[in-house]
Amino acid sequence: MTAAQITVRDPSDQAGVVPFGPKPRGTSAGRIGIYAFLIVAALFFLIPVYIMIVTSLKGMPEIRLGHLFNFPVEPTFQPWADAWLHACTGRDCNGLSPGFYNSVKITVPSVIISIVCASINGYALTFWPYKGANLLFGLLVFGAFVPYQVVIYPLIIGLSSVGLFATLPGIIIVHTIFGMPILTLLFRNFYAALPVELFKAARVDGAGFWRIFFSIMLPMSVPITVVAIILQVTGIWNDFLFGIVFAGRSNWPMTVQLNNIVNTTTGVREYNVNMAATILTAAVPLIIYFVSGRWFVRGIAAGAVKG
Amino acid sequence: MRRSWRHRFHLPAVIGTIPMILVAVGVFVIGIGFSVLWSFTSSKLFPSYDFVGLAQYRRLWADNRWLVSVNNIWFFGLMSIACNMVFGYLLAVFMDQRIRQEDLFRSIFLYPFAMSLIVTGLVWQWVLDPNLGLQAAMRNLGWSSFSFAPLVDANTAIYALVVAGIWQGSGVTMAILLAGLRGVDEEIWKAARVDGIPTWRTHVSIVAPMMKGAFATAFVLQCVGVVRVYDLVIAMTGGGPGIATSMPAVYVIQLITVRQNVGQGMAAATMMLLPVLVVLAFSGLVLWRRKRRQEAAT
Repeated sequence: MTAAQITVRDPSDQAGVVPFGPKPRGTSAGRIGIYAFLIVAALFFLIPVYIMIVTSLKGMPEIRLGHLFNFPVEPTFQPWADAWLHACTGRDCNGLSPGFYNSVKITVPSVIISIVCASINGYALTFWPYKGANLLFGLLVFGAFVPYQVVIYPLIIGLSSVGLFATLPGIIIVHTIFGMPILTLLFRNFYAALPVELFKAARVDGAGFWRIFFSIMLPMSVPITVVAIILQVTGIWNDFLFGIVFAGRSNWPMTVQLNNIVNTTTGVREYNVNMAATILTAAVPLIIYFVSGRWFVRGIAAGAVKG
Repeated sequence: MRRSWRHRFHLPAVIGTIPMILVAVGVFVIGIGFSVLWSFTSSKLFPSYDFVGLAQYRRLWADNRWLVSVNNIWFFGLMSIACNMVFGYLLAVFMDQRIRQEDLFRSIFLYPFAMSLIVTGLVWQWVLDPNLGLQAAMRNLGWSSFSFAPLVDANTAIYALVVAGIWQGSGVTMAILLAGLRGVDEEIWKAARVDGIPTWRTHVSIVAPMMKGAFATAFVLQCVGVVRVYDLVIAMTGGGPGIATSMPAVYVIQLITVRQNVGQGMAAATMMLLPVLVVLAFSGLVLWRRKRRQEAAT
């Protein structure tokens, strides 16, 4: 192992300590055991996706031969095109593409609205706590632990009474509601760690609630906003339950359409098309994962630590 | 620490937090209140206010499908949390041995967590499909008696769900525990080595207890995942074969949508809420006592 590889260790993993000590001796039995374990584990994580990729590139006759692990003899991208344009969900055979655009239409406004609400909440809770604000916050955090099933039906009734059930605004509101507890917590913890002198100086200068928020807090919130965006985009894109319940048939997100395409009981199962469709659905969060790297882990860890 | 500008009523602050007020009170208090209220009524497709006492709860606990669901969630929860913790910790320990390509391994272990549970469920449904997946591949290699089709057997289908859960969730456990391991002072390892304590003892008796925070984080994340098991079940087994992999989350949605029996569905939802309330009350009590002890100490 070289020094360069040691420095690759992530200092942001809150360790802060770069372990030193004797260099590991070349290839002892123990080292081989460590790598054997890690490689076997890596295979467990990789094989399902390997199967999906090679199957999505095969034609149906080749799949029926049953050589699951074999590389495609005649690779074809036809299943990918079919999955995107022609795969059938029920009677509609327009492929996954409508679901993709629905997911975009749901995700983008949901992410923006929930982050705007949560950042204002966190800011108000930290610097302008009014009487009862912390009780409200406690209720909100409690909401983060409540199983969705407990509030789904009242939400259905509430949204349909204002005519928003099974509409695009309806599903956006639902995602905003369920993103609020974790995001508010995220922003509150972030603002609470800022030096309070910043706020006081602005107060002395006569700045008010919104002025301080927009000209001081917002520009400083970039790192936490990135974490919040990653958390929300992947979470909302991957959502299935709210999509199927609240979005309405014409707004079904990609995950719902995928499940309908694949778990349909009629017709011949086109495994190659199904696998291409699955890869396409997973593509957006996977791209975010690989591009954002450690921010992704930080977002998840932040989302998990409640309070 | 009270300052004059704190705890004063600032109208902009209240206006800015209107969304929070609406969600906290409107959804989480009033919404849950209505769910509990409807659980005492004979509501069918639409809510009614015809109160029937505990009749819905009695019917719920006489329903075999509910009993199976409750058993399943305990089994799935305990199995998947235990496996994820053990496997995740092992991965973290091995990753902490100054290995080559650490970033590559980390990416491989963690990427399933980025994908939705629907995708995870579908992936594993195929791998375990008797006509297409592992069984067919093994038979093709000449092992014609090879039999491995957990999803079509009511007794084993839930194990397949656990495997898919591990595939999706152990990487993130690894990432959190690895961060915890890196936070343990290197001096402790040296001291233990000087005292001649074997490595595994150091792990079990010294290092693991020091990582309480990381374990708690991973555990909370696992618990949240278990509650969300709905998507995985729908994609992988649809609750089947029969009702073998039904879960409370699936049961409630079915009662509301397919069986149109809101009263009983809300009774089931209220039962799902109970363990959460107990855990929250308990942790609230622990926090409160710790705070009081700290105040007494100062």
